Amino acid sequence: MTSISPPKNRLWWNEPIEKVELIWITLVFLWGLVMAFMMPYWHVAGNQNLSNETYKITPAAYLAKTQAMVDQYTVRTGPAPKNFPVVHPPAGSDVYLVARLWDWWPILELEKDQTYRVHLSSIDWQHGFSLQPAAINIQVVPDYEHVVSLTPNKAGDYSVFCNEYCGLLHHTMINTIHVVE
Amino acid sequence: MNNTLFRVCPDTGLKFHRPAETLMKANAVAAVVFLLVGGFYALLVGLTRWQAVHLLAADQFYMVLTLHGLNVLIFWILFFEIALLYFCSSTLLGCRLAAPRFAWVGFALMLIGAVMNNVIVLQGNSSVMMTSYAPMGAHPVFYLSLILFAVGALIGCFVFFGTLVIAKDEKTYEGSVSLVTFGAITAAIIAVFTIISGAIILIPTLLWSLDLIAHIDALMYRLIWWGFGHSSQQINVSAHIAIWYAIAAIMFGAKPLSEKVSRMAFLMYILFLQLASVHHLLVDPGLSSEFKMFNTSYAMYLAVMASMVHGLTVPGSIEAAQRAKGLNNGLFEWLRKAPWGNPTFSGMFISLVGFGFLGGISGVVMGTEQINILLHNTLYVPGHFHATVVIGTTLAFMALTYWLVPILFRRELVMKKLASWQPYLFGGGMAGVALFLMGAGTVGVPRRHWDISFSDAAGAVYEFPGAANTMLALNGVFVILAVAGGAAFCVIVVASLLFGKKLGEDEKSPVPLIAEPPADADYEGIGSGTITVPGTLVFALVFFASFAIYYFVNWKYLGETWGIS
Ligand code: HEM
Ligand SMILES: [Cu+2]
Ligand SMILES: [Cu+2]
Repeated sequence: MTSISPPKNRLWWNEPIEKVELIWITLVFLWGLVMAFMMPYWHVAGNQNLSNETYKITPAAYLAKTQAMVDQYTVRTGPAPKNFPVVHPPAGSDVYLVARLWDWWPILELEKDQTYRVHLSSIDWQHGFSLQPAAINIQVVPDYEHVVSLTPNKAGDYSVFCNEYCGLLHHTMINTIHVVE
Repeated sequence: MNNTLFRVCPDTGLKFHRPAETLMKANAVAAVVFLLVGGFYALLVGLTRWQAVHLLAADQFYMVLTLHGLNVLIFWILFFEIALLYFCSSTLLGCRLAAPRFAWVGFALMLIGAVMNNVIVLQGNSSVMMTSYAPMGAHPVFYLSLILFAVGALIGCFVFFGTLVIAKDEKTYEGSVSLVTFGAITAAIIAVFTIISGAIILIPTLLWSLDLIAHIDALMYRLIWWGFGHSSQQINVSAHIAIWYAIAAIMFGAKPLSEKVSRMAFLMYILFLQLASVHHLLVDPGLSSEFKMFNTSYAMYLAVMASMVHGLTVPGSIEAAQRAKGLNNGLFEWLRKAPWGNPTFSGMFISLVGFGFLGGISGVVMGTEQINILLHNTLYVPGHFHATVVIGTTLAFMALTYWLVPILFRRELVMKKLASWQPYLFGGGMAGVALFLMGAGTVGVPRRHWDISFSDAAGAVYEFPGAANTMLALNGVFVILAVAGGAAFCVIVVASLLFGKKLGEDEKSPVPLIAEPPADADYEGIGSGTITVPGTLVFALVFFASFAIYYFVNWKYLGETWGIS
């Protein structure tokens, strides 16, 4: 009798199990508990937990909110050819970033060690917020406004590009986020 | 018994129902054809991502990547699985196949769907990737073709269940079905669930693409799409683990260490893994952390546990059988003296090791709620699943195919030398692909991206660390090796079917094709003390240590980035 034929012992469920199996199952089960514990533990003790604050919103309403921020806090114009506004909102405030085919708008300028409520939404298709080299990747979905608190821990110029395929110019969807001292 | 309807294989004693046999052949051949097509696309994709080569233009790249994903992940795998389901029911239970005509309808639908899908994507306006995330839309035929394919596969599952019922009624076997058939049942149950949820999402999307529905909610689409997209991977895992057990039985006469544990582990897939689909949505808006953690931990770790149990019991069953045959010295004599030149064994063993070490560990790490922030949608993701679905599933299917050529098709394998190298070439090449894609992902390189030098972007660019380009180049080299290995498989199989020496229906193959199982008495006193399979235990502990270290290293990386709350 082998694994491709019916068990010889009709009452196979009464057979004892092997000791190695028992050792391994115990170890693996405990490891599962450790891993299941780590996630809630990090919610309490760790500093990287994605917020779940989300609102339904229309593209037009989201654009309007972003425009209001741009109108209020634009400090200069970014590089050509896009000439996007560079926005320096106050620390702690609500900051809006629009994902659209095939841009991130506007350019944000944040301060190191300050926390911002960064809003993310798409006004057309799905996009992927990939902030590098900080290694922060967040899905951006149309009609949903996701509010994530971000606290930059190093000054410098960061890139945000798209890592959700969004059509033929997906690979051109990139912009800058400045972090200043 | 009607002799014209059945034949008994002279090499294995397995009883083949002729209509089932023809169906298995048709499905297996279709599978290999789609693997060949998808593998060709893989080469183009890999060479485009190699920045210095950058073979295709952007629009071609996205089209070809869409084709690659669909042809290999869906068409190759599912055609093969249908053949496997027929084998595990009709052949392993020695029973006639339920409703062969219905099964042909299923096959035809799958074939029409698969061909239609290739044609419509090649027209160029359905380059939406296999995920076809709404509201990015494809041509209606794109969704229609997938629905047809899914309905065909669903029919295959029902034929399988029907066959089980007939076998039970006609008492073609004693007691319980074999472990391998049990694994196949697991796969088929999960398949029915996933195909139905696939239909739930694709049918409204089809109507939407025809303007009959005004709006598809993007988040809902993701949730339901992954409800099927993820669980369908569980079909593959169940199927290839069933094959591991089958190959252990075929090559070594192995039996499960204990039926109870191995069957429980299969059962846990049905109970728990369907829930874990949220690990694709860990950085999505609109879902609570509690839901994400529950779905991936309660649900996922029990299924992970099941895989880790199989990871022990499959090599354990081989070790026990080898020791029972007298290879009882030291820790690893049983493994050293295994038939490494036989592609059925080597393919199976590479599949096992690669699936566990590369695919399993990376999947659990990346599927951790917070760690996912570091890796979501980077090349790490394809790196991970090429280890699971290519080294794991695909290589296991290839390994079994080498055995099926003489058994099912009654042809001797040709190019035996090449065949004995093929699992190493394909497995090694794919291990390189998986590792370098994962490596590129850890420095942030996005998946499904035509140009990480951003040469077409107006203004801003991102300078990836130099390692990114190096890894994409090394990936390109290993892509070539893996594609060579994949092509070798297709060539060997096709050539064997066309030109291999014919084996008469009652003529035994010159080489034995199935091992004699050791007698129960031979199992007495194997291993050391009460540990019957010490080598496997050591192997498992090494795996565990690698897993734990890598897991905590990633938490450390996570702690170094910006505060996120
Ligand atoms: C012949 C060897 C193969 C090579 C060299 C290969 C290589 C690749 C590469 C380089 C990518 C692109 C990653 C990206 O840019 O996002 C990719 C994507 C993919 N591959 Fe493979 N692959 C192979 C075989 C397979 C097989 C056999 C399967 C499934 C059974 C598979 C499933 C996929 C899937 C699902 C994707 C993702 C497509 C998407 O993003 O929609 N591959 N492959
Ligand atoms: Cu985008
Ligand atoms: Cu994109």
